[in-house]
Amino acid sequence: MTPARSKPRRRWAYQLDVKGSPYLYIAPFFLLFGAVGMFPLLYTAYVSLTDWSLLEPTRQWVGLANYAELLTDDYFWNALFNTVSIWLLSTVPQLLAALFIAHMLNRSLHARTFFRMGVLLPNVTSIVAVTIIFAQLFGRDFGMVNWVLELVGLEPVDWQAGTLSSHIAISLIVIWRWTGYNALIYLAAMQTIPEHLYEAATLDGARQFTQFRKITIPMLRPTIIFTAVVSTIGGFQIIAEPLLFQAGTGNPTGGSDRQFQTVGLYLYEQGFGLYKFGYASAIAWTLCLIIVVMALVNYSVTRRIRRS
Amino acid sequence: MSAAKLRLLAGVLAAGVLAAGCGGSSGDGHITLTLNLFGNMGFKELYAKYEAAHPNIKIVERTSAYNDHHRNLAAHLATGSGAADVEGIDTGFIAQFRAQPERFVDLRKHGADGLKDRWLPWKWQASVAKNGAQIGYGTDVGGLAMCYRRDLFEKAGLPTKRDEVSKLWPDWASYFEAGKKYTANKPAGAGFFDGAAQIFNAMIGQAETGYYDTSDQVIVASNPAVRSAYDEVLKAVADGESAKLVGSSPAWNTGFAKSQFATVACPAWMLAKIQDQAKAFAGKWDIAAIPGGGGNWGGSYLTVPAQSKHVKEAVDLITWLTAPEQQIEVFKAHGILPSTVATYEKPEVKDLKNAFFNDAPVGQIFTTAALNLKPQYQGPRAGDIQTAIRDAINRVEEGKQDGQQAWDQMLKDVERIEK
Repeated sequence: MTPARSKPRRRWAYQLDVKGSPYLYIAPFFLLFGAVGMFPLLYTAYVSLTDWSLLEPTRQWVGLANYAELLTDDYFWNALFNTVSIWLLSTVPQLLAALFIAHMLNRSLHARTFFRMGVLLPNVTSIVAVTIIFAQLFGRDFGMVNWVLELVGLEPVDWQAGTLSSHIAISLIVIWRWTGYNALIYLAAMQTIPEHLYEAATLDGARQFTQFRKITIPMLRPTIIFTAVVSTIGGFQIIAEPLLFQAGTGNPTGGSDRQFQTVGLYLYEQGFGLYKFGYASAIAWTLCLIIVVMALVNYSVTRRIRRS
Repeated sequence: MSAAKLRLLAGVLAAGVLAAGCGGSSGDGHITLTLNLFGNMGFKELYAKYEAAHPNIKIVERTSAYNDHHRNLAAHLATGSGAADVEGIDTGFIAQFRAQPERFVDLRKHGADGLKDRWLPWKWQASVAKNGAQIGYGTDVGGLAMCYRRDLFEKAGLPTKRDEVSKLWPDWASYFEAGKKYTANKPAGAGFFDGAAQIFNAMIGQAETGYYDTSDQVIVASNPAVRSAYDEVLKAVADGESAKLVGSSPAWNTGFAKSQFATVACPAWMLAKIQDQAKAFAGKWDIAAIPGGGGNWGGSYLTVPAQSKHVKEAVDLITWLTAPEQQIEVFKAHGILPSTVATYEKPEVKDLKNAFFNDAPVGQIFTTAALNLKPQYQGPRAGDIQTAIRDAINRVEEGKQDGQQAWDQMLKDVERIEK
């Protein structure tokens, strides 16, 4: 028999083990996140309140002056417009196409695994390679797209020079890379929909499209919300595609008239092209707030998809 | 874990931290000098020679891409750590870094004044800070010439021999005049020059003053030389002389292979690039003098950041690397044109010809251009201003704006850069 004295101590140790160890197990993640995620985040917030420039030896506290300047900065609003435009042009067609592809892949096909893996292939290719190839396809003088346009008797387009044309070209890069990924997520969700719902609907005489609209879409609601939110976060941070779309020219202005400069690219230009770290940090935090707001808007919009 | 094990682990960790912290000098009195460079500056073979003569020195070179290198350097200087003992700086960035002389070793304290005559005067002057400090020693220069396609000139009815071509354009007005003649009979799809912004750069480089006055005030709006070069080059665009390609872009590279232009302002280092891009046109390219006679595009400096732990050894190394005796070796092995004037008299430089360019006497052409260039004062943000003007010219070439609209928008951009 153990002495009565040690009993509470053991219980205390047992309690600590049960209650404490889970925190210990997840601690590595949060410690790492704190060091490489949280600290830079907070430090950026501090820097955004200073006029720190890499070219000046001193930095001064300026309060919210960077944010005030940002709100009256034409180039920022231009970049925000470009970002929203490219995001809409890429996300909407992308998710619709993904839904359609997932629906097709969900049927009984020959070599089903082959096709299902195939749609993911564009996603595993390097973003640099894809963008450079697309930039060539959309070239002004010798691009394949213009060659096809001329073949069918249309006028060639200077894709990089125009606002809408450059947005379309960049959106296509995003669509090409991410449609398959979203299709697979939809497919996984579709396979959890009970078969008897469709059987019952068929018995009631509902046609394919009605079944898709009244059963598939409502059952996919949480998944659609997820993909919409993730695409919004990704779409608002877009930087590599517009940067590489003008490869070789060495400056991140997004075209001669900033016609395809996104907010991410503007941040990069201010921070790493002009070395204005204070201003760039203010852009980063503003972008973060915009993404939170847009994700919430998205959530409330997609939530309205009817339950069956 | 037992206490003994813990102690062992702590010991190993501490040793690791110490080893990492020491960096430069190890126990036996050896010094490791690090060089951060971009691209190939042709020094690799020289390091072994230097190490043999200085047994206590070990040299480590790290290279990265052009833009990354200069961005990293700016960050390392600002944060006070991370820079190498020797940092390369390109001409396009030297004015920006020269504006913070306290972050570099002033080479005057290490006998720079006695070496001054080694270099072209404008090369020397470009790395002198406002307070008189000399922050870097010049390595190479680009010079500037006008490369042209003999076959396209012939088809358009222009002279093809390089002396006659040089005589055709003593100045820019006659260059554009020749362009008009060319354009009237031009082979389909081949513009007279590659892009207006590149030609503009060559023109403004010859002006007495450029984007800054000597007190670092931006004078883009008030300097008549900027506006007249801008107007002249846009007039040529309106006359159909431009192939409307942005310099260094993939489309511009393709332009060489597809014969999209008949002339291009070319520094010495561009010759290798043209040979790569336009393999099929060996012997059809040739090189004439640049209109206006002088010019430079590119070239670099070696500097020693003030944060270096081995200032004296680093200065000794860059003094040696940039000496004419070493520069001539670099030129022989890599064809990189030195900025040290004494090398220009050497037969290896003076008599160099290039077969791809129809045996053009490239040594003589590029050194003449470098010697003829009058020094022009460069302000700290000249590179960013250059980009703003390039974008303005491109907007006109793309048909998005007329010259005046693009000019007004550019002035606003320049105002923002000044801030």
